[in-house]
Amino acid sequence: MEQIARILERYPFVERENLIPILQDIQREQGYLTEEAVKQVGRYLSLPASKIYSLATFYNRFRFYPLGRYHIRLCRGTSCQIHRAGDLIKKVSETLNVDPGQTSSNGQFSFEVVSCMGACGLGPVMAVNDTYFTQVTDDRLEEILASYLETQP
Amino acid sequence: MQIEIEVNNHTIGARKGETILEALREHGIQIPTLCRLEDFTPTGACRLCVVEVEGMDRLVPACSYPVEEWMKIHTHSPRVIEARKMIVELLLSNHPDDCLYCARNGHCELQRLAEELNIRERRISGRKNSSNLDLSSPGIVYDPSKCVLCSRCVRVCEETEAVSTLDFTGRGNTTAVKAAMAKDLNFSNCIQCGQCIMVCPTGALHDKSYLEAIQQAVSRQDVTTVVHYSPSVVVSLAEEFGLKPGKDLSGLINSALKKIGFDQVYDGTFAAELFVMEEAAELADRLDKTEHLPMITSACPAWVKEMEQAYPDLLPHLSTVKSPEQIAGSIIKQFCLESSDRGQNDIFSVAVVPCPAKKFEAQRQEMTQRGISDIDAVMTTRELARLIKLFGVDMHAIEPLEADAPFHRDASAARLTAALGGTTEAVLRTLHHQISGKDLRNPKISRMRGTKNTKSTHIRLGEHNLSLAAMSPLEKVREIMADLQEDKSLYHYLEVMACPGGCINGGGHPFYSAPKTLRSRMKAIHQNDDHLATRFVHHSQEVVEFYRRYLGESNGEQARRILHTRFTPRDVLL
Amino acid sequence: MEEQDAQKGLQQELIELLSDASNRSPASQSKEALDRLRRHKVKHPVIALSSTTAGMIAGSRETRQAIEKYLSERDIEATLIANGSLGLGTEEPLMDVQLPGKTRLTFRQVSPEKVNDILDAVFNNFVPPEHVLCQHPNDLHEPWENVPCIDELPFFEGQQRVILGNCGVIDPDSIEEYIAHGGYHNFLKAIRNYTPEEVCDMIDSSGLRGRGGEGYPTGKKWKNTLSSSAEQRYLVCNAGESDPGAFMERMIMESDPHSVIESVAISAYAVGAQKAYIFVEGEYELACSRLQGAIEQAKSYGILGHDIYESGFNLNLQLHQGAGAYVCGEETALIASLEGKRGMPRPKPPYPSRRGFLGHPTVVNNVETLLNVPVILQHGPGWYSRIGTEKSAGTKIFSLAGKIERSGLVEVPMGLPLREVVYKIGGGIPDNQQIKGVLVGGPAGGMLTYNHLDTRIDYEEISELGGALGSGGLVVMDEHTCILDTVKYYMYFLQQESCGKCIPCREGIRRMYEILDNITQQPHQEDSRATLQRFKGVINLEKLAQVVHDTSLCGLGQRAANPVLSSIRWFRQEYEEHIFERKCRAGVCQKLRTFYIDVDLCTGCTICAEKCPTGAIVGSAKHAHFIVQEKCISCGICYDVCKFGAVISK
Repeated sequence: MEQIARILERYPFVERENLIPILQDIQREQGYLTEEAVKQVGRYLSLPASKIYSLATFYNRFRFYPLGRYHIRLCRGTSCQIHRAGDLIKKVSETLNVDPGQTSSNGQFSFEVVSCMGACGLGPVMAVNDTYFTQVTDDRLEEILASYLETQP
Repeated sequence: MQIEIEVNNHTIGARKGETILEALREHGIQIPTLCRLEDFTPTGACRLCVVEVEGMDRLVPACSYPVEEWMKIHTHSPRVIEARKMIVELLLSNHPDDCLYCARNGHCELQRLAEELNIRERRISGRKNSSNLDLSSPGIVYDPSKCVLCSRCVRVCEETEAVSTLDFTGRGNTTAVKAAMAKDLNFSNCIQCGQCIMVCPTGALHDKSYLEAIQQAVSRQDVTTVVHYSPSVVVSLAEEFGLKPGKDLSGLINSALKKIGFDQVYDGTFAAELFVMEEAAELADRLDKTEHLPMITSACPAWVKEMEQAYPDLLPHLSTVKSPEQIAGSIIKQFCLESSDRGQNDIFSVAVVPCPAKKFEAQRQEMTQRGISDIDAVMTTRELARLIKLFGVDMHAIEPLEADAPFHRDASAARLTAALGGTTEAVLRTLHHQISGKDLRNPKISRMRGTKNTKSTHIRLGEHNLSLAAMSPLEKVREIMADLQEDKSLYHYLEVMACPGGCINGGGHPFYSAPKTLRSRMKAIHQNDDHLATRFVHHSQEVVEFYRRYLGESNGEQARRILHTRFTPRDVLL
Repeated sequence: MEEQDAQKGLQQELIELLSDASNRSPASQSKEALDRLRRHKVKHPVIALSSTTAGMIAGSRETRQAIEKYLSERDIEATLIANGSLGLGTEEPLMDVQLPGKTRLTFRQVSPEKVNDILDAVFNNFVPPEHVLCQHPNDLHEPWENVPCIDELPFFEGQQRVILGNCGVIDPDSIEEYIAHGGYHNFLKAIRNYTPEEVCDMIDSSGLRGRGGEGYPTGKKWKNTLSSSAEQRYLVCNAGESDPGAFMERMIMESDPHSVIESVAISAYAVGAQKAYIFVEGEYELACSRLQGAIEQAKSYGILGHDIYESGFNLNLQLHQGAGAYVCGEETALIASLEGKRGMPRPKPPYPSRRGFLGHPTVVNNVETLLNVPVILQHGPGWYSRIGTEKSAGTKIFSLAGKIERSGLVEVPMGLPLREVVYKIGGGIPDNQQIKGVLVGGPAGGMLTYNHLDTRIDYEEISELGGALGSGGLVVMDEHTCILDTVKYYMYFLQQESCGKCIPCREGIRRMYEILDNITQQPHQEDSRATLQRFKGVINLEKLAQVVHDTSLCGLGQRAANPVLSSIRWFRQEYEEHIFERKCRAGVCQKLRTFYIDVDLCTGCTICAEKCPTGAIVGSAKHAHFIVQEKCISCGICYDVCKFGAVISK
């Protein structure tokens, strides 16, 4: 709560234009958005909660759940797609039992399909937290996932 | 500036700056629309109003595109009709195909569009949306699977009611209309005014119905079924039966309700009279003590909920009088059947009301006595029409009847409460008498009439210089509430109604589209008042007698116990 | 402390250089600084590692650590900088090494383990040929022998780098290097020597057209805004490129952020805006941080702010990080997003150039368009309009990707045939495969076939074929790419990215996706009703696409039909194969595969029968098995688990 109040202090002008930057700041610091955040931001900007929730659910980047310990991002840009990234998505979901945009129930893995990671020449590209993997094949994916599954407590 | 454009190979006149749609309508050319709402900025979302303009690559939405001199427009070319058809077919492609079971069967705009565009074949079928029916709230059912995302409810909720419960969530194929944090309506800040139902083109938003329970009750011999109807209902039912909008149907309603099988039928206007008496007395008292001014009316349960959730610190300003419907509910169970040998448990009390918020109100804990609700079931005007049809009552053939005593029709100023400003007018008449001991020379207060959404009047009354105002819908109230929070308000009495124009425009009346309808209802209310023998509630013989027998002084101890209630802050996500 | 003072001194010098309106040759002291910044003279070896996102994903962070370790272990005094990218994506990470007196070398695919070998060799004046990509010759430095010059590489030879000149050459985090390479001079020239009207005229006569959308003339758009009587005007630079498979804007912002700022500054001046926004995808973290850093630097140099270089022009430039929505590429959606709302487009008119951000006239242009502005100022509109074709002037940047030998960031003059880009610059398709077609312009673009490769890059020519230059994504498909699968992928992407407001876009794209999905699903266990629905869908797909194109509210929906319409137009055969023959010639649509067991190869190990989820495989141990086609769901598990290659897919 205080954390949010501190973030709000950075925006002395009560203008709706600040809504997205404020939510970005909150998510950066708290990892995700909460009902409390929606409430406080709404009060500060004199906006109904529905407007804030509505905005946050519109954009890809905002989420209302925490990320897993391992956050897996898989690129599904056109070039990666042509190199069969679509099959990899299914494989990740099946192996880790987590759908795109979700976090596994034990909090270990979260999975996000991103529209382009910007290395189209090296596709398919995936990342686990800050570690990148390029030209990921089916077999390679299995190895990578296995290595993270092993490190589970 | 007048210009000329060519439409379907004929030249027509148009005003520069108006939209294509406006120009076409003036010349009797109808174009289908879905997302359009009169008096709101066009959103251009449904694309049904597209027309072909020569020289333009794509079709153009008539609702938002301004006319220009060079235009040659085709409103019903094959390309245009195919596009409109396809758009409606797209909506139908994943719509739940349960029209025959739908609450809006026969009143559905989507149905009408499909009919008008001559759609006779399913060319495209789509995967149905999985969605949860929201049955949580007492007055409104939300079925997202029938939502066509026209945004009309969203706009009304935000721009008319300033509550903003509903808004779009998600994006693309997961777009949906929801409350904040995807909460169910009953756990949101929804005030259940029902204006969203009024504008919903499909059955996505509809009444939570208690008709089954009512049907069962009227069929039972061992319970006494009692029904009362609100003043606004009598002028809002006519169009359902092909009668002239605004026609006063109270006699026919009495008769129909009797035919349906209700044991006692009461005109709720009587409760409104008690309401006016109590409000006037309470206001006089507050003026005397100069505390909690302005006093704010509590007749509208939607507004009461908004006060409790959005302005909890201002709750002392709210009058403590129950709404007329709840007054009727409590006195029916307490006194009216005292002569009969039946106890409270054997009474089934039904209210016919103008909006879903009254359903919500009837389920409030404050509106019970020893665990028993004052009102057992509530139906809206729309549902009354349905019930009448269900029981095969021919409104064109039956003879009008008087309501049952003691609440039978005593001509009364309280009928005024149905239209915005009427409560103020009626209360002021009684207040004047209460303070000065004299009646107003001219009881008609013109400044409280008319179709404006904010009305105010000033009057010198004894030592008081009074300012009274009436306002609706809630969007109009925001400013004055902000003033009040800063202790800046100059008013002594505020009549607030959630629906634009008051209860005659409530969210439970028949669906209509002509603004004329609202005006004719208002006219009926006012004309009725102008021709009354007794235009002062406090002179009504029935009211005086009722106070003498049961309540004592208005705003006195006994009256307060039975006719007043209390309000507490609500913690909901705003 | 000393370093700080030196930095301040340098800043002062450069500011004086910029302030000097007469453009005289700089004082000798400045000249020395400029030489150093231009790397005309280096005292120590300079090692530059491409540190864009693409480089980073390819492993440049690890390479950097290896370099640092190498240098510290050997106690070598060298400057290590984080560079932009030359754009040759497939060869990342790229490492440049410049020894004093010698030309700069670029090495390719420098993984950490190669660092020692390469640096050992170079410091001993030897260039390992297997690692080197090219050298960058100039008059001042001695060239290396037997190392190809950059212009001789096919990837660069066919390009005309008007905008990308600085990318991969200068340090993106250094405003000093940018200024030394001629940066901000055009901006100061504009605000000193020209009125906004004059700048608009120059842009107008240069023939520059908007690069993002349908090629609206930029000069006209600007003049429309400039002519409004409003006091407040805004300029918004749209760098929200969220086209999957296009990375040009991102790479430019990461490699040369100051050029973006200069372009925005000139454009803001030209349209009379005192406040400008750069809208960047928040996900492009590196681009955002480089731009933010660049804005701060520009402020400290007085290039942004109040009364810039005593011209009387004020400019407040702000970076706005988008929260992820493809539809924000549409200008009214972008403005809604800036205003803190859902990025939903609204009907036009009124156009933003009259009623935009907060109701004020607003010019929205995408980055690539604006990057042309300083170039036009520098060389003049006449010079510019001579590049490219008559109707499409200048150059076009592409992100070349897909099934191609060399992928990366490419700048070519308009009018160049696609074939040149694909074969000459891109080097064709690996393994001598046949090109099936190219996807031009991302999800909202179109599909062209092999036969269209002689089409010139030009707004009109491409759109006549049902494509759009659009985002500049250029993805090459080979015979192993399924057209339907690709179109389906685009529809899947777009149905999520549609704002959800208008019916034809929201529902239409979704239905198109479902119809395509139906076609690529397997036919087993399908009742006759489902078959009928599938055929009806197919028959109506083209009509549906046409309505989506005709009636959608904004460019996203209007152009969403492009992939469907152009693929039906050019690859009808493949559609028919999928629909009637139930077969995918590329072998991509898994569900259309049929599996058989080769009785001669099957050993009867029973693994396939055990793993089959529907029990469609029968047979007893040590005897050849058999697949019951009616039960098979074509999941391909048997194919994967068979160790003897006995399961055959057709």
